[in-house]
Amino acid sequence: MTINVRVWRQDGPEDRGRFENHVVTDANPHMSFLELLDVMNEQLIGEGKEPIEFDHDCREGICGSCGVVINGTAHGPKQRTASCQLHMRDYSDGDTIVVEPWRASALPVIKDLVVDRTAFDRIMGAGGYVSVATGGAPDANALPVPKEDVDAAFDYATCIGCGACVAACPNSSASLFTGAKIAHLSLLPQGEAERTRRVVAMVDQMAEEGFGDCSNHAECEAVCPKGISISAIARMRREYVKAMVVGDS
Amino acid sequence: MEGSKLKHFATSPIGRKVFTGVTGLGLTLFALAHMAGNLLYFSSDPNAYNKYGHKLAELGILLYIIEIGLVAFFVYHIFLGISIYLGKRKARPQNYEKYASAGKPSRQTLASRSMIITGLILFAFLILHILSFKYGPSVSDGYVVTVDGEEIRDLKRLMDEKFSTPLYAFGYPAVMILLAVHLRHGIWSAFQSLGATNPRLSPIIYTAGGIVAILLAIGFLVLPLSIYFSGGAA
Ligand code: FES
Repeated sequence: MTINVRVWRQDGPEDRGRFENHVVTDANPHMSFLELLDVMNEQLIGEGKEPIEFDHDCREGICGSCGVVINGTAHGPKQRTASCQLHMRDYSDGDTIVVEPWRASALPVIKDLVVDRTAFDRIMGAGGYVSVATGGAPDANALPVPKEDVDAAFDYATCIGCGACVAACPNSSASLFTGAKIAHLSLLPQGEAERTRRVVAMVDQMAEEGFGDCSNHAECEAVCPKGISISAIARMRREYVKAMVVGDS
Repeated sequence: MEGSKLKHFATSPIGRKVFTGVTGLGLTLFALAHMAGNLLYFSSDPNAYNKYGHKLAELGILLYIIEIGLVAFFVYHIFLGISIYLGKRKARPQNYEKYASAGKPSRQTLASRSMIITGLILFAFLILHILSFKYGPSVSDGYVVTVDGEEIRDLKRLMDEKFSTPLYAFGYPAVMILLAVHLRHGIWSAFQSLGATNPRLSPIIYTAGGIVAILLAIGFLVLPLSIYFSGGAA
């Protein structure tokens, strides 16, 4: 099958960037979307041109590095599917696919489709962890946690930090990313000790990075490859209000 | 909460949304009360509406306090809305060439995307509305009616006159439709901003928010339309 690829090309962070149109004639329905880009790049290399940079690692939807905006939707048209899990069988011969990087000032483009996601690392560094002195492994079930809490915490913990929530949000808000971690740890006893400090530090860092405010469009939930619910955002808000009103931060 | 902490909270992304939600819900309650008051126009007692207006005016100092509170809610709500809008512009200086919503469970709609526009139109309307009615012709201009031996402002006459003109009769309902559009996203969003975490409850809040928005708009727009089509004099 033939696929027309209209792809963003940007030489570096300072470059203004532009679109390029390429035609991939030997695409086939079994290819993943990233394989389409691979074939296109081989073509470009063959023509003596520079290949398009894109991030990828696991190619199975768990590392979170491959996200791009495909025909206007973060990670493409299929829900709960990362860019790397999208296949060409979802397209028809002759289709045009527009590929753009995440666009947010807090996630600036490094080159072509690759963006700098260290803002996420700094939000995590502000409190997205549990400080524990790791001794021997505790006995299983030594720390009882209600089943519903574990399930919810696990759902929130599935975030792979891809940044689709920011990319799809009309406001470029990182609320789902930040909220998922806060919600995850707020439900578990291990997170309890730093609960107050964590939510304030992470939310403040999120604001610091220049992400926009959330307007409850819930677009993030729709594009999240893990389908994390915006209830994470509501939980983050509750935690923040609680920390501010009663907390000791 | 002491001062510096309150400032920290109020300027945080969470605080901004909480205050947008609280002021928004407060203004929605005000609109509901206003709408209910308007419906007194249709009361069988021809003076019911004027009596109601007079009662409000008689509140004196209490009315001032309520008005100051309302102004504060409006101003803060608008301030936050504009600052969220400017923040979002800064957060994405370059737009996508192509942008498409991923569909459900997204709540992104024309309503949610146009809050700043509908909001600013509603604000402009509000100013015109207050000028034409609250500060419109009153007792001293002869808009007077005697009820129970007391001369009170004939607000009903003013309404009949205003809504006999097509500009008011159709302009008001048009703005009320925009109000419904604004609240279609606004009511639900406020609950979400105030921490409605239950994913099972959220579709119910979303639907209920839409119904309230529509009922509110209908409650408002029947009045100008019925005055216009009944020839202006009830
Ligand atoms: S490459 Fe790892 S999630 Fe797509």
